[in-house]
Amino acid sequence: MLRFILKKLLYLVPTMIGITLVAFGFIRLLPGDPVLLMAGERGVSPERYAQIAAQLGYDKPVWQQYLHYLGNLLQGDLGNSLVTKKPVLTEFLALFPATVELALVAIVIATVIGVPVGVIAAIKRGSWFDQFSMTAALVGFSMPIFWWGLLLIILFSGVLGWTPVSGRISLMYFFPQVTGFMLIDSLISGQKGAFASAVSHLILPSIVLATIPLAVIARQTRSAMLEVMGEDYVRTARAKGLSRRRVIGVHALRNALIPVITTIGLQVGVLMAGAILTETIFSWPGIGKWMIDSISRRDYPVVQSGLLLIAAIVMIVNLIVDLTYGLINPRIRHK
Amino acid sequence: MSFFSTRMLAASAFALMAAAPLHAKTFVYCSEGSPEGFDAAPYTSGTTFDASGHAVYNRLVQFKPGTTEIEPALAESWDVSEDGLEYTFHLRQGVKFHSNDKFTPSRDFNADDVIFTFERQASADHPWHEYIPGITYEYYSSMEMDKLIKSIEKVDDHTVKFTLSQPEAPFLANVAMPFVSIVSKEYADTLETAGTREDLNNAPIGTGPFRFVAYQKDAVIRYQKNADYWGEAPKVDDLVFAITPDASVRLQKLKAGECHLMPYPAPADLDEIRADPNLKLDEQPGLNVGYLAYNTTVAPFDNPQVRKALNMALDKPALIEAVYQGNAEVAKNPIPPTMWSYNDAIEDDKYDPEAAKAMLEEAGVKDLTMEVWAMPVQRPYMPNARRTAEMIQSDFAKIGVKVEIVSYEWGEYLKKSMEEGRKGAVILGWTGDNGDPDNFLSVLLSCASANPGGANRAFWCNEAFSDLLAKAKASSDHDERVKLYEEAQVIFKQEAPWATLAHSTQYVPMAKNVTGFVQSPLGDYAFDTVDLTE
Repeated sequence: MLRFILKKLLYLVPTMIGITLVAFGFIRLLPGDPVLLMAGERGVSPERYAQIAAQLGYDKPVWQQYLHYLGNLLQGDLGNSLVTKKPVLTEFLALFPATVELALVAIVIATVIGVPVGVIAAIKRGSWFDQFSMTAALVGFSMPIFWWGLLLIILFSGVLGWTPVSGRISLMYFFPQVTGFMLIDSLISGQKGAFASAVSHLILPSIVLATIPLAVIARQTRSAMLEVMGEDYVRTARAKGLSRRRVIGVHALRNALIPVITTIGLQVGVLMAGAILTETIFSWPGIGKWMIDSISRRDYPVVQSGLLLIAAIVMIVNLIVDLTYGLINPRIRHK
Repeated sequence: MSFFSTRMLAASAFALMAAAPLHAKTFVYCSEGSPEGFDAAPYTSGTTFDASGHAVYNRLVQFKPGTTEIEPALAESWDVSEDGLEYTFHLRQGVKFHSNDKFTPSRDFNADDVIFTFERQASADHPWHEYIPGITYEYYSSMEMDKLIKSIEKVDDHTVKFTLSQPEAPFLANVAMPFVSIVSKEYADTLETAGTREDLNNAPIGTGPFRFVAYQKDAVIRYQKNADYWGEAPKVDDLVFAITPDASVRLQKLKAGECHLMPYPAPADLDEIRADPNLKLDEQPGLNVGYLAYNTTVAPFDNPQVRKALNMALDKPALIEAVYQGNAEVAKNPIPPTMWSYNDAIEDDKYDPEAAKAMLEEAGVKDLTMEVWAMPVQRPYMPNARRTAEMIQSDFAKIGVKVEIVSYEWGEYLKKSMEEGRKGAVILGWTGDNGDPDNFLSVLLSCASANPGGANRAFWCNEAFSDLLAKAKASSDHDERVKLYEEAQVIFKQEAPWATLAHSTQYVPMAKNVTGFVQSPLGDYAFDTVDLTE
């Protein structure tokens, strides 16, 4: 097992180097330049421009800049934001828990609803439930998130007044951020009503973020179940006279879950992409919004190191998924 | 009241009892973005200035609320020498800096703080010049304070003398701007000793109406009323900025009572706001201009008659309806009507496509094809440049001029539009920094500004016009300055380097129970005068 993990970790190294190259190149390929954007309509004199570029090291050839960046990375220095002048890592760590909290709740919602819906749709294939849920999944999958988020805000916060519009907790609560996870911090704070407020603030954004993964998971579960239900071992289990519940729950579902878990793992990337829009709509202080702001300001250090951190996390989550995979399917572990 | 909000209220009542520091009056402002930091000097965005300069700090002088007139602030009075080169500020005594958990001031504000504030920006050798790696002072250098201020001298603890390298009337307006917010030298010394210099930017200490409490990145900024404020004490106890970048969401929050006031509503939402019985909408002409700048160095646009003819082809009222939804007024001068020295006697070019066509023919221009550049971003002065370009395109088509619309990424746009020999006319605009006409006319239209690094996108260099500006800048006689600028506007209108398009209106939606908010013509959001009625 340890060898398996080490081997997987080793595979990450060349991928990470590739990502530094892509992230570094990508933001520089975009037209526009941070110094000009900062100066705005007023403009900046060529002398001043040269001075700032030299100060930031942008007067050097790109390959030198890249090597310099790599060198700093190896020493654990991810650089400083051009806009806030703060270390990228500090900013990332301040914002990341908010994204994790939102993404975790979203993936839990997507899984807890998506898997049962997929299973029921598969065993009741062709029923009204199957047709309805799969149509809903198709709609969910194609949902423009920005529009969907605003619609929910206007309905549930505006018209009905059931949920708060945006933010992570009601502004009347003010306590130190211990973990950065509002659900936990609000409990630790001991302030009455803080946890309830944090939960109520999570409802709409997590539903919005869960929408696409939920649709994907439900469809994937359904098709995996359908495939497995036709397998010999399921027929054997049935022939043995096992209860329908046992056949579906143990023999079919456990095997069907393998591709579903892969799908859930892959949704982490989708969640990161969805977080950008969801966080912007719900004023959620996470890394999605941070990346978007930084790209539009051409904040090179934040974009290149932020992408690297996000990619690293997506890869680690996928690694964990691979390991879970091994738990469910021992054949993979032994290979 | 819905079930949920009733419960929230009950919960909050508990919280009120449980957490002592919560006060009766909390004012929540749904701000449009995150501040870049809390030291106002290195930054240039209004969002940062609202969160730092206006809430936490004061300047030597300040703009009288709702105007661009200068009034005393940390300087109680000042004298200007005959030659206009020496400004002596007499500082207010007994002004206390804020304190926080790491710093309690041992002395009141004095001349050392003023000198520290300016010198750390002015001199690259100053130990606090680059207290954060990569930090620069863009406003200080772009307002040319580095060239203007020859020396700063401490006469005594409460008197500071600035010596300028040339007489400059807008100097007082410059030192009212947020980038020269007075910071505490004693605080800087304390941070130096503690080895936490970056806290000057993270945990600001000022003399302003509100004391900084906490900032959660991209989410919330909290302030508390400064009980020792030297001016009139704020009416609210706590001030909270709830950072909400999307305009529609801001409005939803305002309607749900999650905040009391918001900036920059979406133009399409204005009617809904007006119709809402729980909200009110404050409006004021903005200190801005949206324009189309011809390249006056390239034929046939080097001929004023051609530019004039094109201007006469523009149906500006239609443009204002389509682009600004009517929330703007037609611009005839390069400065807005709210600015002093606005020349109202000038008549705008009459909309007359037939005459325009004839003028073009007379100038020998036939089958003209030109580019119109549409900026890719929204600004208060230009909510939709693409639509503006399309309106111009159809207006010009009526006089036989073919328009091709082009656009670039914003940084590129700014750069390419200042490149020599540029093809085509550029849509752009300007919002005033300090309310001085020089801040529009010199920055946007002087000969000096028609060079790389300037912002004169018409590349228009008219000696007579520039001379008038220079004279006005050097004069400390206000009436004389008014006359000079009025004259300059006449030349501008005759020469027509731009088509002046619009001055947009600024809107501030707020809850009905908000009182005392004074809109700033400069687009600042300051809350020392706001109050909440029951």
